[in-house]
Amino acid sequence: MSSVPISQWPSEYKYSAPVAGDTEMVNVTIDGVEVQAPRGELLIKVAQDYGTYIPRFCYHERMKPVGMCRMCLVEVEGMRGLQISCATPVVEGMVVTTQSPDVKEAQDGVLEFLLINHPLDCPVCDRGGECPLQDQTLAFGPGESRFVEEKRHFEKPIPISDLVLLDRERCIQCGRCTRFAAEVAGDPLIDFGGRGSSTEVITYPGAPFSSYFSGNVVQICPVGALTARSYRFKARPWDLSAVETSCQSCSVGCRGVLDSASNRLVRFLGVDSEPVNHGWLCDKGRYGYEWVHAKDRLNIPLVARGGGLVPESWPQALELATSVIRDVFDKHGAKAIGVLGGAQGTNEDAYAWARLAKGVIGTDNVDAQLGDGLPAEVVIGMERATIADLDSARAIVLLGPDLKEELPVLYLRVRRAAVDLGVPLVDIGASNTGLTPYAQAVLRHLPGDPEAVTEKLAAALAGQPTRPDELRPLLEAIDKRALIQKEGPVVVVLGRSSVAEAADATVRAAAILAQAGISAKFLSALPTANVHGALDLGLAPGFLPGRVTLAAGRDELAKTWARVPEEQGLGAAKILANAAGGEIKLLVLLNCDPIADFPDGQLAKDALKNVEHVISLNSFTNESMRHADVVFPITVWGEQRGSISNIEGRVARLGRKITPDGSTMEPWRIATELAARLGHEMDLESFTEVQDEIAQVAPAFVGVDSKLISWARDGAVLPVADHAAEITLALSSLDQNKRSAGVSWEPIPTSGEDTPGNGAVPPAVISPPRPAQALYSWAKQAPERTAALADSYSLRLVASRTLYGNDLITTQSPSLARLATVTAQLRVNERERDRLGVADGEVVRVISSRSSIELPLVVDPSVPERVALVAINRDAPGASDLVDINESVTDLRIETLSKPVIKES
Amino acid sequence: MGFTDEDRVRARAIIDRYPHAKSAMLPLLLLAQDRDGWVTPEAMEEIAVWLGTTPALVLGTCSFYTMLKREPVGDLVVSVCTNIACLVNRGPELLDGLRSRYEGDTAIMVEEVECIAACDRAPAIQINYEYYGPVDTTAAVDIIEQYRSGALQARTISGSSRGAK
Amino acid sequence: MAIEETRIVTKFLRDRPQDSWEYAVAREHNQAYSALEAALKRDPNELIEEVKTSGLRGRGGAGFSTGQKWSFLPAGVFPRYLAINADEGEPSTFKDHMLIEGDPHQLIEGTIISAFAIGAHHAFIYIRGEFALGTERLEAAVAEAYKNGYLGKDILGSGFDLELIVHQGAGCYIAGDETGLLSSLEGERAMPRIKPPFPAVQGLFAAPTVVNNVETISNIPHIVRKGGEWYASMGVNKSTGTRIFSVSGMVERPGNYEIELGMSFRDLIEGLAGGVRGGRPMQFFIPGGASAPWLLPEHLDEPLDMDRASELRTMLGSGSIMAFDDTVDPLLVSWRLARFFAHESCGKCTPCREGSSWIEKVLYRMTNGLGRPDDLDLLLDFGSNIVPGLNAPFAQTTICALGPSTMSHVVSLDRCFGAEIRARLQKDFDKRRSLEVTPA
Ligand SMILES: Cc1cc2nc3c(=O)[nH]c(=O)nc-3n(C[C@H](O)[C@H](O)[C@H](O)COP(=O)(O)O)c2cc1C
Ligand code: SF4
Ligand code: FES
Repeated sequence: MSSVPISQWPSEYKYSAPVAGDTEMVNVTIDGVEVQAPRGELLIKVAQDYGTYIPRFCYHERMKPVGMCRMCLVEVEGMRGLQISCATPVVEGMVVTTQSPDVKEAQDGVLEFLLINHPLDCPVCDRGGECPLQDQTLAFGPGESRFVEEKRHFEKPIPISDLVLLDRERCIQCGRCTRFAAEVAGDPLIDFGGRGSSTEVITYPGAPFSSYFSGNVVQICPVGALTARSYRFKARPWDLSAVETSCQSCSVGCRGVLDSASNRLVRFLGVDSEPVNHGWLCDKGRYGYEWVHAKDRLNIPLVARGGGLVPESWPQALELATSVIRDVFDKHGAKAIGVLGGAQGTNEDAYAWARLAKGVIGTDNVDAQLGDGLPAEVVIGMERATIADLDSARAIVLLGPDLKEELPVLYLRVRRAAVDLGVPLVDIGASNTGLTPYAQAVLRHLPGDPEAVTEKLAAALAGQPTRPDELRPLLEAIDKRALIQKEGPVVVVLGRSSVAEAADATVRAAAILAQAGISAKFLSALPTANVHGALDLGLAPGFLPGRVTLAAGRDELAKTWARVPEEQGLGAAKILANAAGGEIKLLVLLNCDPIADFPDGQLAKDALKNVEHVISLNSFTNESMRHADVVFPITVWGEQRGSISNIEGRVARLGRKITPDGSTMEPWRIATELAARLGHEMDLESFTEVQDEIAQVAPAFVGVDSKLISWARDGAVLPVADHAAEITLALSSLDQNKRSAGVSWEPIPTSGEDTPGNGAVPPAVISPPRPAQALYSWAKQAPERTAALADSYSLRLVASRTLYGNDLITTQSPSLARLATVTAQLRVNERERDRLGVADGEVVRVISSRSSIELPLVVDPSVPERVALVAINRDAPGASDLVDINESVTDLRIETLSKPVIKES
Repeated sequence: MGFTDEDRVRARAIIDRYPHAKSAMLPLLLLAQDRDGWVTPEAMEEIAVWLGTTPALVLGTCSFYTMLKREPVGDLVVSVCTNIACLVNRGPELLDGLRSRYEGDTAIMVEEVECIAACDRAPAIQINYEYYGPVDTTAAVDIIEQYRSGALQARTISGSSRGAK
Repeated sequence: MAIEETRIVTKFLRDRPQDSWEYAVAREHNQAYSALEAALKRDPNELIEEVKTSGLRGRGGAGFSTGQKWSFLPAGVFPRYLAINADEGEPSTFKDHMLIEGDPHQLIEGTIISAFAIGAHHAFIYIRGEFALGTERLEAAVAEAYKNGYLGKDILGSGFDLELIVHQGAGCYIAGDETGLLSSLEGERAMPRIKPPFPAVQGLFAAPTVVNNVETISNIPHIVRKGGEWYASMGVNKSTGTRIFSVSGMVERPGNYEIELGMSFRDLIEGLAGGVRGGRPMQFFIPGGASAPWLLPEHLDEPLDMDRASELRTMLGSGSIMAFDDTVDPLLVSWRLARFFAHESCGKCTPCREGSSWIEKVLYRMTNGLGRPDDLDLLLDFGSNIVPGLNAPFAQTTICALGPSTMSHVVSLDRCFGAEIRARLQKDFDKRRSLEVTPA
């Protein structure tokens, strides 16, 4: 084991994807040691699980074996010649030798062959120092080259996309990148071209590898053939220091390793976490760390003075904020204070602010969702599924956003379930999404009107004998799958497909499925980074930390908190309306920008114009804080330790890699500072103390104390009593060198400040306590349908997000900024365009009951008739000008500005 | 020139023969080559759409096969075998002779090929995949010129007599 | 006893009137499709047994028992496919070429019977792209077969359906490997695939698939007509029946000869093909296509028996025999073969992709007087990382058998001419060195 090159240790995580779908265990002897493994598991994997590392290049745990590189040859008794362990399934009684002279010679041979055409430019290669080829050559390779001929030559790095460069001379043709693109991402935009020794990786001219997942190929390339533009020549591996953390680009919370050099974040790599991300990241998550270093970052408090915002010291700024709060409270009471946001921070931030708002000030007008989510009682109280449940689901129902755009790595997981594991997929929605091509049933409906199709689906899934035509392929697929896989739940991926319609319709559809008697479980698809943590920790009207209502949690919480609000407060829409109307006097903006983010832009603008006071916590300036009394600059991802909760309610730790520039503060600490100044010591000194208090007072978090959070490798899903068996405790004492293994290969957890020290005792999760009180459970009731939908307009609006828009991560990260479209377009299909008689790209007037704006019209064949799509995450004028939050749908009328074009035939 | 509507009808029929559309890749690439004399980017893009795949995969596949030309090669492809049976029967001489005779002639491409399964007639050549052998340079030139003048009817450069230009 | 051919699959195409291959002629003169008529009345399993009894072994190269291959298909798994390997790319082999152009109906009849026996409703004939006339003939013959009710739905009222598709390749040798063929037939780069899964279990479109060579399948109608016993009564040992050998190189009468297995190389080369041209002495011959290790004149009296060939550490491979006289430079032949394999390596696996082009480079300098004294040993040394043991039948570190083929001729150089070549390399080297030290 000691002779194994360090870069070769891949993830220690168990690979549980069924290779042979077999549960029978067989006995295999590897180098004289008898081990047990599931029949059909690949030999290379079995050996690795038992500590024998067989070198490899082409094999990757998350992709099908192809046996190309021939590095993994071993001897198997009774089989002629050497066998590739990456494609040899184990059978009972197999006897394997991985280190005989013949094996060694074959490995030497393969390395010698690989090196004859390799440029050996390690000193200038990004991979140098953490390169599997380099390491294996040292560990397994021949001493010298006997190849004296000219090597293969190619033009040095050529871009294959905006983010990734290809150096074909370094390529060893392992096919990992091409297989990733086709097999995992479903974006086969790279392939091999040519043949024999002139085989090269190609893109089609003019069609770059512009996949949302392109960065993964850089990570899995076993040499330096694929490099990331953002990281090129930034650092050498031995200069890096790293920490394991969760991505905060969206709410999937992919596990990754964050690297820094000289207090700058330089790289983020995926960690192979079985229950979460399988090692993959989307490009936004991977390259989005750049925004942390944006030059416009706020790094000093600002206060309003002389008609503008000017720098101020922390004590002064805190004093000022305190006096604003006290003033409003004294004059108008707690209800005149509203707190918006908090879905972007850590769990500790959310808890401290919930405690400040509800437990100190006493207002329940608190909402982390900005009108773009689902009612808190649904998200908090629904029967929840985990990501892993997708793999064994009876069927997956998509009732929400385009996962490819909003939760990209969840898209990969669903796609894998559908394509590789054969899980039947149902796509309910108003327009096509990235997963539509993989669905067995596509149920289209007009925006805001999903009930009819959902009812039909629910009836069919519940076993209604008649099989509607459009559901026949689905039901057949379910029947077929039932033969191999015992029944799993129907997993409903639930979220908002459009903010131009009220959430009620989606809730009604969810209720139909929840009540259908099909053992439906729900996986949230609300995309904002830590919205689930915020909701679980009380940043929602009517709820207290730990998934309990005000009423249910009052007595318990009152032991720690000064007070608990008497009655349920307002949600974001009402808070803004009351702010606009003058009843709310102070808005606290927790790292949010309602003017940009709230679907009804006009309402947000009115609110912020009319409200008397604003206190804002943010890392950048924005329009919503223009009239703020105080602006606090906050510490962000990468600079702050803590935890988050992902879509499953999985609490996972966040690592800190750099110290922030300037003078920023963690939001939870700002809350404790303000509380103290308001006369209420919270007595929370460190993030672990916050975590421990959460575990103590928040029922759903029972057992999830600071110790468990730091030990649970993949985090812990709430409530732990139900998920204890899934928790893996890891003493990640891997040293810095071993960590770098992960970097070039399949990243592994790091040692670092977030890893428990040696000798620490693991927390007891074997039989964790149940929460003392029942957690809130959704009544599966939905609001009644209001009046019939108006229909005088020609098109109905769908306002959804795309991956790259006008969000901060995208616009403030140079690598991503160039990929974004920040201006809005009206997307309709060809037929609608022809009906209007305009040309592609022509500007039209778009009129809703709210307002009228001008947008260029673009043809998009994936949009159905009678529907118009306008992305919501675009700069104004855009969708948020059109939406009226009080309407159930947004109907549009289009006017042409010029004379209609007569199309020549 | 690109695919004609007639080609598209044919393409549809070809695709329909197979249990899975992608199998039609080679026949369609050959069809494209018959039409344009080489596989144009436009053809690859259209084929990608037909087969529900990406142009990158079409190009990747196309670049694997030697009969598929990704740039114009003229009207006649003269394939001269120099593999061992022809090697020992003056194949290389024939190749040199033809190469120097047609150097710079854009209408005629002389290419060296691997064994074309006509070893009993070594040295053997194909002219747009029509066999001749054994031939020497003089005889080969004579035949090529007959094709050029139209005295002999050539196949397409993918060997089809159907859609000959 | 006169040395003569035993014509079974070549009978019609040799005897047919005026080169005609069409249905009417084949039906009249060769009872075309009469075996099919009989076969459709029999139980498919019985047909498989009949083929097993015949001892027929694959004529594509590997020589695997055809009946056995058919019986490997997992029971109850459908659809299944039959793919006929008509890619004939092995240098010096040209028998399938003749069978396709000369007697397409025999092949089609064999294909239909085989598909019926294994329960396939889709069959493909993957024909080498360069076979323009062959493709045309085959397509025309298939159209005739459809027209006469031998293909399509409910063939001859038997209830059996079969679609037969002629699929034209586009120029690459590796599509001849059975898994490369399947990749190509799926519209991809013709890259071979790792086994397991074997094609019989997961082949075309991941369904059970049988791949057989043209000549193999052309034998089927005859076996059905006259019985497996009859076929097995011909030949020698486990090499039953007849085989077509493509004889070429430097012989008087190059061509295809169908002979009963067991005949000696000498009778075939000297008796039928007229011996080395101009009466020159033979230097060496290649007994089974470019991939087969070479033999020397001393082996001429050995029988054409697949198993005997293995004992001689070579193979009958694709059934081609190429003879070289004493004027030929064996290094030149070896280099040309190396170039062939380097050109045709698909590039999928490391030892073949990198090794084949390295071999070619070293042989080039050896052939052209630029070699080093230990170049042959260098080749053998790194070549043993492609073919561990360097001993036919070859083991391999590669995915497919093209890998070891890249070394076959090098091994032959060493075996047949090792001493001479080493001496020559030393001489070339000394000569170069003496030139170098000579002042200008
Ligand atoms: C590189 C390579 C090329 C081959 N080329 C051919 C070929 O052109 N024709 C053929 O019939 N078999 C060829 N084979 C053999 C096939 O893989 C396969 O064994 C054969 O088609 C099976 O048919 P059979 O059992 O009837 O011989 C080739 C094998 C290899 C490894
Ligand atoms: S041995 Fe050669 S031809 Fe065969 S798969 Fe490997 S690279 Fe391709
Ligand atoms: S890892 Fe097994 S062949 Fe590449």
